[in-house]
Amino acid sequence: MEVGVKMGMKGGGDEVGGKEKEKMGYEETELRLGLPGDSEVVRKRDFSHTVDLKLNLISTSPTDDEDKNIVPSHLDPAKPPPAKAQVVGWPPVRSFRKNMLATQKSSGSEDSGEKAAFVKVSMDGAPYLRKVDLRMYKTYQQLSDALAKMFSSFTIGNCGSQGLLKDFMNESKLMDLLNGSDYVPTYEDKDGDWMLVGDVPWEMFIESCKRLRIMKGTEAIGLG
Amino acid sequence: MNYFPDEVLEHVFDFITSHKDRNSVSLVCKSWYKIERYSRRRVFIGNCYSISPERLIARFPGLKSLTLKGKPHFADFNLVPHDWGGFVYPWIKALAKSRIGLEELRLKRMVVSDESLELLSKSFVNFKSLVLVSCEGFTTDGLAAIAANCRFLRELDLQENEVDDHRGHWLSCFPESCTSLISLNFACLRGEVNLGALERLVSRSPNLKSLRLNRAVPLDTLQKLLMRAPQLVDLGIGSYVHDPFSEVYNKLKIAFQRCKSIRSLSGFLEVAPHCMSAIYPICGNLTFLNLSYAPGLHGNKLMKLIQHCRKLQRLWILDCIGDKGLGVVALTCKELQELRVFPSDPFGAGNAAVTEEGLVLVSAGCPKLNSLLYFCQQMTNAALITVAKNCPNFIRFRLCILDPIKPDPVTNQPLDEGFGAIVQSCKGLKRLSLSGLLTDQVFLYIGMYAEQLEMLSIAFAADSDKGMLYVLNGCKKLRKLEIRDCPFGDAALLEDVGKYETMRSLWMSSCEVTLGGCKSVAEKMPSLNVEIIDECEQMEFNLDDKQKVDKMYLYRTLVGHRKDAPEYVSIL
Repeated sequence: MEVGVKMGMKGGGDEVGGKEKEKMGYEETELRLGLPGDSEVVRKRDFSHTVDLKLNLISTSPTDDEDKNIVPSHLDPAKPPPAKAQVVGWPPVRSFRKNMLATQKSSGSEDSGEKAAFVKVSMDGAPYLRKVDLRMYKTYQQLSDALAKMFSSFTIGNCGSQGLLKDFMNESKLMDLLNGSDYVPTYEDKDGDWMLVGDVPWEMFIESCKRLRIMKGTEAIGLG
Repeated sequence: MNYFPDEVLEHVFDFITSHKDRNSVSLVCKSWYKIERYSRRRVFIGNCYSISPERLIARFPGLKSLTLKGKPHFADFNLVPHDWGGFVYPWIKALAKSRIGLEELRLKRMVVSDESLELLSKSFVNFKSLVLVSCEGFTTDGLAAIAANCRFLRELDLQENEVDDHRGHWLSCFPESCTSLISLNFACLRGEVNLGALERLVSRSPNLKSLRLNRAVPLDTLQKLLMRAPQLVDLGIGSYVHDPFSEVYNKLKIAFQRCKSIRSLSGFLEVAPHCMSAIYPICGNLTFLNLSYAPGLHGNKLMKLIQHCRKLQRLWILDCIGDKGLGVVALTCKELQELRVFPSDPFGAGNAAVTEEGLVLVSAGCPKLNSLLYFCQQMTNAALITVAKNCPNFIRFRLCILDPIKPDPVTNQPLDEGFGAIVQSCKGLKRLSLSGLLTDQVFLYIGMYAEQLEMLSIAFAADSDKGMLYVLNGCKKLRKLEIRDCPFGDAALLEDVGKYETMRSLWMSSCEVTLGGCKSVAEKMPSLNVEIIDECEQMEFNLDDKQKVDKMYLYRTLVGHRKDAPEYVSIL
């Protein structure tokens, strides 16, 4: 049962290669932040649990009629009014649907919440950043291939005539750059440290990676 | 009355397909009754306890298709205890023993065992179609029996069932000789399926029109299936997660371009929103879109998808679409007839993302709207009045405000006037579900205006018995009435017990009716089964007639008390 304010993130991280303007989506839909452990709360509330749970409804509407339909709450009056207490069979949603949504939430099929694997990718010299969903890939090689393709779209035609971009003109050159010693893929981990990509097992990497930066080799001294 | 030989009458009756009409035909005279019963192929039984399989078989020996419903509607919401009833086995057993050449069985809210499925699969040579909706009690072993034994199977349609998934190879049990499939829906299964077997099955099913996959079917398999079945009309996507820069995704785009017949799309049980552009080519033809199990799809990606769907007639969506998103629907989907907005947070923390605004926008933009299911944060009288004016054609109107006794947030008034406007304007309204703060007044309106109303669902409403009385007295066509947490007592219950014989059923839980009141109904009306569901077994210890009854379910029946009720159910 939720106590206090519960908010859920919507529209978060659903843009790959998204320009930042797509953040407008956040304003258009309600902005909610998922509290850690929310998915746990959801998972606890399974089928048999809701049958046993005969909590009574707390009404926040200040009308005369509320007393007639509501049995007084068993909840501790000292707690701040929760969003809503859980009533058996309300809202009237089929158990199948409730269970399905709970499963989807807990396995992180939504692209939001703390399991979001969308991270920003910056490449030194590129005029703008990209975003990738790390969960799309199963190995470092796949990620590397995907990044190469992503940044190969930086052609002169698209981005104007900055001299910086001549390095990005073709994919094979880019692959050489990435695989060679000129560019070093690094990432920022949960602790805020900049690490070299490739040291830890892939699964561990996904869990801890917050953003990626493809650094110019000359700046990467001290990481290798 | 017999100016024509029987065969002519029978031929005429062939054109009469609706159950109601056929029932009426059978009442005209003895000879019409006889001709009708021998020529009847399809029977619908809305309450499996209203009649027995033996009597069904005796009356309709030519039966080919049977539809059965078991548990009361509120069972969907955990209000009916497990093992209350609704077992299909006795029906299958009786039909199997008879000479009935059953070809189609459609079940809703019934308990279906593997044993029943196996018996079904072995007893009817021409069995073609099995549709299970919100059923439980079976495993994939039962499905394996159906797949293996039903040589001419055309349809296996599983909707929202609780299936124990043994991860067996049930799909592999379809023999190589099975090429007759038209419809296969296993979206509700949770386990892995044999992908190779699935691909082979689809390859050898040239008539396959409807295919709904479960979450375990990945995108690359989807691509292969679409290549083999470009004739599909209805597609349910399982997992839709992949790297948009990959070869598979490119192939998928091509596959979708070949599927020119898809009119209905659902699923996306697991979705990567950046892969949606592959779907755009088919969006323009869609008439039904069900994204209600796709919480991963929202915001701009969702809106962009909807903007491609100009021909939509039915849309099922999650409330994360928001009021703004519903505005996009209103602008785009001018043919919309049915809208269902489900809560993405069904544990009801009360944070639905849609309000009355979204509904008003849709009502203004979609004049053909006639069916609504809407879970929302709040509703106002003004909005309902506007909706009633914009859409006078509602047949089904189900509103669920997440806080069930919330008043109009602007005026702080009950929603009586708003719902009153709906029933007054929508003269064809057949089904209504109410929520929000409501007094007896709304029931006065319902009794006065809702002349075609057949099903009414009430929760946390009304002030007194008057509310229920208005409804019982006014709604002449009422068939199903389900009530929870309302202050209706014996006076309302007993006012006109004859009325219940004209209805299929009445459910009352957490109301004020007493054991004595229920006993009185049972005594006066032997044609009703009055069931008291008493999980806490209070009745065992306290048989006081003044005791309030927690759950009462009464229904008309031709076959008296059922024999399969569990201990906690007393039939008075």
